[in-house]
Amino acid sequence: MTERLDVDALIDDPKTRIVVCCGSGGVGKTTTAAALAVRAAERGRQTVVLTIDPARRLAQALGLRELGNQPRQVSVAGFEPKGELWAMMLDMRRTFDDMVRTHAGPERAEALLANPFYQTISTSFSGTQEYMAMEKLGQLAATDEWDLIVVDTPPSRSALDFLDAPSRLSSALDGRMIRLLTGPAKAGGWGIRKVVSTGFSIFAKAVSTIIGGQLLADASAFMQAFDSMFGGFRERARKTAELLRSDGTSFLVVAAPEPDALREASYFVERLSGENMPLAGLVANRTHPVLAELSVTTALSAAEKLESSAPLASAVLQLHADRVALAEREKRLLARFTRAHPGAALVEVPALPSDVHDLGGLREIGDRLASPAVA
Amino acid sequence: MSTPLAGWTDELGRARLHFVTGKGGTGKTTSAAALGIALASRGRRVLLVEVEGRQGFAQLFDTEPLPYAEQRIASVPGGGELRALHIDVEAALLEYFEMFYNLGFAGRTLRRMGAIEFATTLAPGLRDVLLTGKIKECVRRTGPDGRHVYDAVVVDAPPTGRVVKFLDVTKALTDLAKTGPIRGQADGVVRLLHSEETVIHLVTLLEEMPVRETVEAVAELDGADLRPGAVLVNRVRPPRLPARSITAAADGRVDASRVRNGLASAGLELPDGTMDALVAETVEHAIRLAAEQRAREQLAEADLPTVELPEESAGIDLAALYDLAESLTEQGVR
Repeated sequence: MTERLDVDALIDDPKTRIVVCCGSGGVGKTTTAAALAVRAAERGRQTVVLTIDPARRLAQALGLRELGNQPRQVSVAGFEPKGELWAMMLDMRRTFDDMVRTHAGPERAEALLANPFYQTISTSFSGTQEYMAMEKLGQLAATDEWDLIVVDTPPSRSALDFLDAPSRLSSALDGRMIRLLTGPAKAGGWGIRKVVSTGFSIFAKAVSTIIGGQLLADASAFMQAFDSMFGGFRERARKTAELLRSDGTSFLVVAAPEPDALREASYFVERLSGENMPLAGLVANRTHPVLAELSVTTALSAAEKLESSAPLASAVLQLHADRVALAEREKRLLARFTRAHPGAALVEVPALPSDVHDLGGLREIGDRLASPAVA
Repeated sequence: MSTPLAGWTDELGRARLHFVTGKGGTGKTTSAAALGIALASRGRRVLLVEVEGRQGFAQLFDTEPLPYAEQRIASVPGGGELRALHIDVEAALLEYFEMFYNLGFAGRTLRRMGAIEFATTLAPGLRDVLLTGKIKECVRRTGPDGRHVYDAVVVDAPPTGRVVKFLDVTKALTDLAKTGPIRGQADGVVRLLHSEETVIHLVTLLEEMPVRETVEAVAELDGADLRPGAVLVNRVRPPRLPARSITAAADGRVDASRVRNGLASAGLELPDGTMDALVAETVEHAIRLAAEQRAREQLAEADLPTVELPEESAGIDLAALYDLAESLTEQGVR
């Protein structure tokens, strides 16, 4: 039997230090993360929430007016939590710049930041946002200023990107490949070198024909400097992965009751268990439970009778029937998920009729996250 | 404020390359598939193209994951044919290499090493140039009779946030060498994408955020001299309340005694709890309708032809897909 996810037990447990909200785009991850953080702060935790790309009104609800790369304490009228709530929006480019500056010393840093290849990687490579989110999480965790960090994840197409992108970026930036491309002969220690060396030099030539020698040279200069600075991106990605696997980190998978979102959630749950990362449970977000106990058949036959004599009553019955159909579909989809993942705890969060844009709305979602299931 | 144009225009009817974009979660893939079926009616041949490696079409049409090859995925009433292609960027790049350099079996090894991915990482523009290049090849290909192999090509494009970058090949080319095989081919791609043969449709829901993204994307497309096509409003649910009572009901003012009397006249006597719950459902419905109305007004700013796809309450399966296509045909899609 599927267990109900007990959100309050999760956020009240002092051993819970990091909660990562993941899921595919458009399922309400950011709102869930914010609601969770508000609730945790009001229940006494020193909380910080790291949001990635919040809708403007949600950011305003947290008192965030601009991208600030440091957390700021949320002070909004009517919000006096027992603990504290800090919030920040990730500034991907600045996080990357700061990382370079911290590690490279002023002169080398300026040279790196001006490298055209750096401009490309820091703004448009698809894994950079994920990588920087992890980097920021690592920084926040290292300060020990908060006892609970709630993290939103980037709005990727696939929830798995969050786990995969950092290592994709790091292997792309790892010095090894560029050494092979710029001088295959010098790349010692590569086991299959003999087999591919001919192919590779043609490949290297082809690549430089296509992307241009200048870009390749920029990339090479960049990576050599970077490699010596950090001992490789790969190592750094490994460290953040360790943080995610540590005790005190929990994953909350957020999904809308839709086939695509649940399929992504399924992949993600399987992946977490494969990587020994602790799943707290699934948040089935924005469900539409039936409020009135009245069968569809009764409602529809009466609706038909009343169509001309009592149009309002007829409309009420019809929209009730629509709602039952929707609720049943959602129930069916969720049942399919729980059959596949009987061990995963689950909580349904009924949809609010309109978008959340203030603290009241976030509190309401927090209540719905924590309230016992509707029978 | 102007009223949106309804239905499909002649200009859209002449287009051969249709990109379908939209905010994530609005149903891009489903809408692209339905559009493909609708365009394939009357005995035409249409190619569905997927570029983001999600195998969405295979799932929709309930088939095995698509290989990197054009393959028949469905037949369409009236003698039409639908094929699908899943473009794999790495395979496309290797295809180029094979064409211009004799890589031999090393190609596969390079792929396993991640070298190909590395090359596309170095130059993110390369990825998009390869994808649009392959699409162009499909659009331009002719058969032995000299006619185009495909009457139309429908692409499940990247979401609104990334679509202009995807289509703005000229800009992507700045990443690449000034000469070379891909460069030469790309000029033709630029001409096609900015021609009257190409339109970019936008899928949206009647919700605030997707509509805002749609309006922004239209401005961005205009700015890049790319041609917005139609707005496909997805998952349209029937309004159950008459327009005049929406505002009051959304405010919580539902005449409960009138509902009660009406129900009684049909022989339905419900307990107070159930009555209250019915009223609560009605208020939520009205709040949603009011939000949809605001979304429609905002959408009118885009000033584009608009077609609607009804909500399929049982979910999307093959039958539902054909229903959606039929409803598009009824709205003039051809």
